[in-house]
Amino acid sequence: MNIRLILLAVVLLSLNSCKQEMYLTKIKGERIEINDSIEGLKSIEDFVKPFRDHVNKNLDSTLAYAMATYTKNDGELNTAIGNFMADAVRELSNPIFNSRTGKNIDISILNHGGIRSIISQGNVTARTAYQIMPFENTAVVAELKGVYVKELVQYLLNGKRAHPISGLSIKTDQDFNLIEAKVGGHPIDDEKIYNVVTHDYLFNGGGNMNFFKQSENKHILDYKIRNILIDYFTKVDTLNLKADNRFIKIK
Amino acid sequence: MKRRDFIQQTAAGATLIGLGGLSLQSFSPINQKQITILHTNDVHSHIDPFGPDDGRNANKGGVARRANLVESIRKENPNTLLLDAGDIFQGTPYFNYYGGELEFKLMSMLKYDAATIGNHDFDNGIDGLYAQIPHAKFEFVSANYDFKNTVMDTHVKPYKIFNRDGIKIGIFGLGIELDGLVLKQLYKETQYIDPIEIAQDMSRILKEEEQCDLIICLSHLGYNYRNEPEKASDLKLARETKDIDLIIGGHTHTFLPKPTIEKNVVGKNVLVNQVGCYGLYLGRVDFYFDNDKNKAAKGASIIV
Repeated sequence: MNIRLILLAVVLLSLNSCKQEMYLTKIKGERIEINDSIEGLKSIEDFVKPFRDHVNKNLDSTLAYAMATYTKNDGELNTAIGNFMADAVRELSNPIFNSRTGKNIDISILNHGGIRSIISQGNVTARTAYQIMPFENTAVVAELKGVYVKELVQYLLNGKRAHPISGLSIKTDQDFNLIEAKVGGHPIDDEKIYNVVTHDYLFNGGGNMNFFKQSENKHILDYKIRNILIDYFTKVDTLNLKADNRFIKIK
Repeated sequence: MKRRDFIQQTAAGATLIGLGGLSLQSFSPINQKQITILHTNDVHSHIDPFGPDDGRNANKGGVARRANLVESIRKENPNTLLLDAGDIFQGTPYFNYYGGELEFKLMSMLKYDAATIGNHDFDNGIDGLYAQIPHAKFEFVSANYDFKNTVMDTHVKPYKIFNRDGIKIGIFGLGIELDGLVLKQLYKETQYIDPIEIAQDMSRILKEEEQCDLIICLSHLGYNYRNEPEKASDLKLARETKDIDLIIGGHTHTFLPKPTIEKNVVGKNVLVNQVGCYGLYLGRVDFYFDNDKNKAAKGASIIV
């Protein structure tokens, strides 16, 4: 055997045994706040800018004009902004529901807490819709028997607040005892099936709208509430929203 | 920002007492290596910083600033990994307009190394996630989502091993139960598997078979569920597994001022960290290795 080969083997062996094992000896953890003391990297800023400009232009292009400022606290049991939302959801969902089932939507219900922003007097844009409805919720139609629509009415009486409704009118006394509830101008029939449009969050038990658990059937419309608002703003020129007497206390 | 550093766990002050035992090995000039782990979670499409008028997060966040910070840390230590614990999508109109393309492209520009998948990453359906995959130049890891019968099959690995300066770093991912959180029509045939069992398997594979020096779990399970102790969470994961060094969490938007130190099933320390949401913070954990066996035998000191 070649002596050089043996030597090489010895060297390699010793090198190998000298290969250092590394051990974890110290760990240091911290969090770093990202704030305006750190300058933005220009290449990233330059990359984002055209996207930002496009989104902003799109979001800020005027779709309609609001005659006044509307907030969810403008009325006790129904408000201009809530009525608008519930009406828009019922009106714009109906053609889709009708084309799928041949039936029409009777009622819409949303939640007061879900109105996340005001509509300010002046230009209304897609951004307004994002502000009012930042969530991705999509319209769902529940088939509810009249007896459970009455539970829905009771939910509204218990809530004592202006949850947006449409298609339904409620009169109550000063103590929130029901005087009269009508759907489409008619008293509620216990056995009749009513088509109630809401969104998936509320349908699935959000806001404790437990009556939706009694649904005979559901239809997911794949139509986001925000897109309904944007489509509505696009359709109309001006928003002249009004509170009315769909849910009122009788003195 | 004020932060009081203190030595949380020194295994009876190993770093101090250990001085006397300063390596008597015949050939060992002190050889130190440092691995820096940077991480985000639940960025939720927050690309621009919050404006000056924001009620809660005024002038915080912003991807361009994060890029600058990451770049300067990489310059300081090239042996750095940048990781994300999921919910990359959903939260600003950028997502609604571009479907996540921008988020993935920016993460690629920042040279993210790996990410796991959060529940909101299914918001445009599994097909919507799949459509954006070509824009992501980083790895997706998830060990407990079985994508076999979905379009995502082969695009997500259970784990990925990175080699930095000779240190082997094994990173695996865990996702939260989708049923009840995400509509079935969105996640389709994605199968969720018990994350704790999977984590036990993963850590064994990474430690024993792959011989990793460092094991990191990217988790979107959530930090801790006080009222649901049976629900899989990062703290439960830390306690019921072994050989994991760091759990980087998400989902619960938990702002931890510093990493939590938990004991694993064999009594060794595990770090659990999470940096809230929206890219307001960058988490940083530095792991120091050296060839001093005596020092190592006393356990790593943890400074948080």
